[in-house]
Amino acid sequence: MELIKLHGIEKTYQMGDISVPVLKGISLTIQQGELVALTGSSGSGKSTLMNILGCLDRPSAGEYWLDGVATSQLSTDERALLRNRKLGFVFQSFNLLARTSALENVAMPLSYTAEHLSDGEIKKRATEMLGRVGLADRLNHHPSQLSGGQQQRVAIARALINHPPVLFADEPTGNLDSRTSEEVLQMFERLNREDGITIIMVTHDPKVAAHARQIIRMDDGLIQNSAPASFPAQQPPGEPS
Amino acid sequence: MRVLTTARTAFTALRRNPLRAMLTTLGIVIGVGAVIAMMEIGAGSKAALNKSIASMGANVLVIRPGTASSGGVSFGAGTTTSLTPLDCQAILRECPAIRNAAPMVRARAQVVYGNRNWVPNNIYGTTPAYLDVQDWSNLALGEPFNERDVLNANRVCILGQTLARELFDGESPIGKEIRIKNIAFRVTGVLSTKGSNMMGFDQDDVILAPWTTIKYRVSGTSLANVNQSTSSATDSVNTLSNLYPSTQTSLYPKQSSVQQANNPMPVRFANIDHIMAAANSAAEISSAIDQITEVLRERHRLQAGEPDDFNIRDMAELTRTLSTTTLLMTNLLLAVAMISLVVGGVGIMNIMLVSVTERTREIGLRMAVGARGRDILRQFLVEAIVLCLTGGAMGIILGHGGSLLVRYLLKWPVETSPSAITLAVFVSAGVGIIFGFYPAWKASRLDPIEALRYE
Repeated sequence: MELIKLHGIEKTYQMGDISVPVLKGISLTIQQGELVALTGSSGSGKSTLMNILGCLDRPSAGEYWLDGVATSQLSTDERALLRNRKLGFVFQSFNLLARTSALENVAMPLSYTAEHLSDGEIKKRATEMLGRVGLADRLNHHPSQLSGGQQQRVAIARALINHPPVLFADEPTGNLDSRTSEEVLQMFERLNREDGITIIMVTHDPKVAAHARQIIRMDDGLIQNSAPASFPAQQPPGEPS
Repeated sequence: MRVLTTARTAFTALRRNPLRAMLTTLGIVIGVGAVIAMMEIGAGSKAALNKSIASMGANVLVIRPGTASSGGVSFGAGTTTSLTPLDCQAILRECPAIRNAAPMVRARAQVVYGNRNWVPNNIYGTTPAYLDVQDWSNLALGEPFNERDVLNANRVCILGQTLARELFDGESPIGKEIRIKNIAFRVTGVLSTKGSNMMGFDQDDVILAPWTTIKYRVSGTSLANVNQSTSSATDSVNTLSNLYPSTQTSLYPKQSSVQQANNPMPVRFANIDHIMAAANSAAEISSAIDQITEVLRERHRLQAGEPDDFNIRDMAELTRTLSTTTLLMTNLLLAVAMISLVVGGVGIMNIMLVSVTERTREIGLRMAVGARGRDILRQFLVEAIVLCLTGGAMGIILGHGGSLLVRYLLKWPVETSPSAITLAVFVSAGVGIIFGFYPAWKASRLDPIEALRYE
């Protein structure tokens, strides 16, 4: 099933009189349950594409269907709702709220759409989510009391609290050492495998990209090639390769 | 539920930086505290000021008899003899807006003690009520004369400070006898100093004595020589039989001229020169005037359409001063209050702007996980309001405590004002909304991509 479909996406930034084209017509399709790495040198447009895919930005031209919804026509508020319900974000610098417990950090997205949930249910869901990322014993720790890997796992729990079908990770291992990076990447693989969550990672590190099943390489605003990883990870359940 | 969640988010956010939140609130605490303290101290000062102006006689009404005229010739104010001591009693009894009233008889004569003499500005015959009407009840020495002295026309008097100085020169006047027109008066008391009145007259240059004594023993004023229009002068040997000229019935059988000449009887003229009445408060002066007019017209049997045979003067100048002062004080307090609240509000705005800048990444993150612009706006607005309300509550305590401290340490008059407290709560919430709006709006307009990238 096609979860993400791009057709002729262009993005041009206006720097005074000069227009700088960053994306020059990108068309691509990502199936549900994929684990995709978006790579490319810096300035290749991968972050811009990521912002458009994450509904944080609007393309200058072209069409983008997310789960069958044409997002180009959506208003700012509708896109916010879409982000809340269907997308999860994990950032390079974790972006956790300082001096706030892990539990509250994870529960934060719920305060924008889940008024129907009681305090108890919110707490239960956040606890459950932290348990899934292996931090059940760190519920009330503040970010400063957690290691980088643990912080990133809190961020992953936060991204998954609304059970989104897609998870975006922008250089998720950029601030981590190799051992913790490996842990985080294995967690991505596990989420992808066990829960069928589509994961899109932006990275310039080939070792990270190697964990993906599909690698999209970008160069100068265009997709250079979209190929299965040279040494693919395990097969997704129920989907023959 | 939603409001509660937002408020809790705000509290959580504020708790993350308690020192900054406290410093921010300090502006509002001081602002609201200053407002409350100023309002309470100000209200107390205003009441004290009103009281002292009232003691100058702002509440006093003077009732004078009307103008007599004959053949088109007017004899000037106070020339009819229409007011009686009974009028004064009726006013006191029947006018609820009147606190006290005193009949007044005036005389001017030389006062002699030993080898000294003096002509005081005023020799007033009155009742002890006069002291209350003039707010002059605290005597410097001795005691005032009493109602019995008035009924018996006893020869007692109270001296003003000027007279005590001129006649006694340091000696205590209490119990001494002074002579007014060769009639000996025992001094029972000395008035406290009052100084000049607004017209520049020395108010201490006065003798107070029972009105009966002044009327019947000192003052020669009578119907015959005050009111030239009446024909009593032609009734040569005087009528003598009327105890009170105003009452029509004669107590004694009509005497012949010979009998009258043989048995002269003093006529007790019971008219008085004016009545001084004190209203309960400055606000009740106009209703007091209406009530007195009604009572006196009825007592004097005036028909509808007939002009009043008396006139009532209030201290309009003083009353006006009073209301101007009150207004001025109120405006002054309001101005000070506004300035301190604006200063507090600017402080809040300043810190909220810093907070928005500092938390740009947080805002970006919240937007990325699905917060809409208005969610961010509400969050920061609620934070500002929570800060302001907390500050307001602390300010109320601080201000109230401060004004109580002023009351106990400096002995200033202070009045608790619930309206100021309610006002402070609303104003501090208002300040939060007004000065919190711009930073909150700024936060809500951030671009999530830019905000997430912000270092």
